[in-house]
Amino acid sequence: MSALGAFALATILVVPALAAALLALLPGYRLGARLNIAASLVTFLAGLTLFVARPAAGRVLLVDDLNVVFIALNTFVAFTTSVFSASYIGHELQTGRLTPVYLRFYHAMYQTLMFAMNLALVANNIGLMWVAIELATLTTVLMVGIYRTHEALEAAWKYFILGSVGIALALFGTILVYLAARAVVGEGMDAMAWSILVGRAAEFDAGLLNLAFVFLLLGYGTKVGLAPLHAWLPDAHAEGPTPISAVLSGLLLNVALFALLRFKLLLAANEAALAPGPLMVTMGLVSLVFASFMLYRRRDIKRMFAYSSIEHMGIITFAFGMGGPLANFAGLLHMTMHSLTKSAIFFGVGHVAQATGTQRLAEIRGLTESHPMLGWGLVVGVVAIAGMPPLGIFMSEFLVVSSTFAREPLLAIPLVAGLLIGFGALMLRMQGLAFGAPLGGSAPVEASYAPMYAHLALVLLAGIWLPGPLVAWFQNVALRLG
Amino acid sequence: MDAGLQFDIAHMLAGGLVLVSFMLLYQDRMFGLLNVFALHAFTLALSVAWQAFIQDAPHLYVTAAIALLFKAIFIPVALHRIVLRLGIHRTLETVVGVGLTMLAGIGLVALAIIVMLPASADADPLAREDLAFALSVILLGLLMMVTRRNAVSQVVGFMSMENGLILAATGAKGMPLVVEISVAFSILVAFIVIGIFLFRIRERFDTVDIEALDAFRGERP
Repeated sequence: MSALGAFALATILVVPALAAALLALLPGYRLGARLNIAASLVTFLAGLTLFVARPAAGRVLLVDDLNVVFIALNTFVAFTTSVFSASYIGHELQTGRLTPVYLRFYHAMYQTLMFAMNLALVANNIGLMWVAIELATLTTVLMVGIYRTHEALEAAWKYFILGSVGIALALFGTILVYLAARAVVGEGMDAMAWSILVGRAAEFDAGLLNLAFVFLLLGYGTKVGLAPLHAWLPDAHAEGPTPISAVLSGLLLNVALFALLRFKLLLAANEAALAPGPLMVTMGLVSLVFASFMLYRRRDIKRMFAYSSIEHMGIITFAFGMGGPLANFAGLLHMTMHSLTKSAIFFGVGHVAQATGTQRLAEIRGLTESHPMLGWGLVVGVVAIAGMPPLGIFMSEFLVVSSTFAREPLLAIPLVAGLLIGFGALMLRMQGLAFGAPLGGSAPVEASYAPMYAHLALVLLAGIWLPGPLVAWFQNVALRLG
Repeated sequence: MDAGLQFDIAHMLAGGLVLVSFMLLYQDRMFGLLNVFALHAFTLALSVAWQAFIQDAPHLYVTAAIALLFKAIFIPVALHRIVLRLGIHRTLETVVGVGLTMLAGIGLVALAIIVMLPASADADPLAREDLAFALSVILLGLLMMVTRRNAVSQVVGFMSMENGLILAATGAKGMPLVVEISVAFSILVAFIVIGIFLFRIRERFDTVDIEALDAFRGERP
C-alpha cells in the first residue's frame, strides 16, 4: 500500500513540474489548455489516492491526517479551475488581451503554482515549506501582472512588495523555531522536520516559540489576507486573470493558513508558550468586521468578492483560534466550503466580465435575463457565500457561531454582527447584478458551466448531507488540531 | 584562536551591519544610497564568511559569495544603470525628517534588544546577540520601506531587511537550507529589480503603450 502512496506523493509533485516545463515549450493554446487539464486531473487523482494509501513519513516529505484534506481540496479546485481556464482564455485570446506567447507562459506558471502549493503542503521541513510558499508567491505575482495594463502592474507590484515583506517576517519566525528546536533536538535537518518538532515541542523554550509565532502570524497572515495586512489582496484579485483570482482565493490563502495551523500545533503542544488562540481570534474578528463594512463600497465586481474572501478567511482564522473539536471542525468545513464556493463565484464572474465587457458593478444588471445560465449560477453562488441555508456555508457558519455562543458569548456579538453586515452587502449587490432590466453588453459567451455548477452542487450537497466518513475524518483532524 | 576573539569579531561585523543600516536611513541621494547598500552587502559577506570560519561550516562560504558577488556588486551596478536610464538620480524624498527617522531607528533597535535578549536567554550568547542585531537590521529595513516612496529606495530597504535575515540564518548555528534560502531570496530580489525596470520604464512611456494596446484590440475608439 505504501508503495502506491509513495508513487502518488511523487505524482502530485512531479507531474505539475514536468507539465510546467512541457507547457513552456509547447506552441498552440488549445493543446496547452488540454495538457493543463490533463496534468491537473492526474494530480487530482493522485491526491485522492493519498487518502487510501499513505506513504511512510520521510525526512523531506510527509503526508498526515491534516494535510491530506488540504491536498485533496487543492488538487480538486486546481483541476476544475483548469477546465474553467480553458474556456476563459479562448475569449481572452480573441479579444487580444493575451497573446499566444503569454498563454504559454500562463499555463507554465499555472502548473508551477500547483507544484509550489503541493510542495508547501507535503513538506516535512519548515524551511522547505517556506521556500515553496515563496515560489507560489512569485508565480502568482507574475500571473497577476500578466495583462500588463497600468493597473495590473500596479497591483502586481503592491502584491510583490507586501508579499515579500510577509515572507521575510515568516522566515525570521522560521529561524526562531529552528533555534528553539536546536536546543532540544540538536543541529541539522531534524530540528526543522515537522514530524520531529511536534513530538518534542513540549520541551522547547517557550519565550522563543512565542516570539516566533508572532512573526509567523504577521508573515503568513499577510498571505492569508488578515485585516491590517490585506492591502494587496483586492488589487491582486481584481487585476489578474479570473482563473488566478479563483486559485488565489480558493487555494493560496488556504495554503498560507495551513502553514499557520502547523505552527499553532507546535505552540499548543507546549504548556508554557502563550496560547495562540486569542491572537488568531482577534485578527480573525478584525478581518471579518472590516471586510464586511468594506463590501458596501465596492464598485468592481472582482474586488467585492476579494473582500468577501478576506471576510471568510477572518471567519476561518477565528474558528481555528477558538480551538476545540467543534470550532476546529467548523473551521475545516468552512475552509472547504469557502474554497468551493468562492472559486465557483469567480468562474461565474469571469464569464460575466467577458460577456458584459466590464467589471464595474454599476454597469452590470439583469444577468438572469441576459445570460440565464450564468446569472442563476452567480445567484446561487452569492446566496451560498452569504451564508443562506440550505447551502454548505450556512452549516459551517452556524457551527462557528453556536460553538462561540456556547463558550464565549461576548465574542459571538461582533462575530454575528460582522456576518450580518456582510450578508446585507452581498444581497444588495446580488439583486442589482442579477435582476432588473439587463444593462451592459449582452454578447453570448462560450462558457463551460460544468466547473461552476459542479462546485455549487457539492456545496449544496454538503449543506444537506455530509457523508459519514467525511465527518469522521474532519472530526479526527479537528481533535488533532487541539 | 581563542573563543573571546572569535566572538568579538563576529560581534563587530554584526554590529557594523546595524551601523550601515543606520547610514542607509539618512542617504538622500540615489547613488549614495546604492553605494551604502553595496557596503551593507559587503559587511554581510564578511560577517557570513566569518561565521563560516568559526562554525567550520564550508557551505556558508557559498552564501557569503552570493552576498558579495550578487548583492554587493551585481545589484548595485544594475540599479545604478536603471537609475541613470530613468533619470531619477538627482532626487530622493524622505517622508519624515532625517532626525525623526533616526530616532525611530534607535527606538527600533532598542525594541529588538528588549524583545530578543530575554526571549532567547537559554541560547548561547553569540547566537542570541546575533539575533538581536539581525532583528534590528530587519526592523530598520522595514522602517526604510515605510518612510520612502521611491520604488528603488523601497527595494533597497527590502534588500537590507533580507540581509538581516541572512545574518540571522547564519547566526543560528548548524541551520540547514541556509544556502538554498539565500538562493531563493536572490531570485526574489532579481525579480524585483527586473520588475522595477519594466514597471518604471512602462510608466514613463505609458501613453505610447496604451495607444498601441487600443490599436491592437481594434474594437475600442
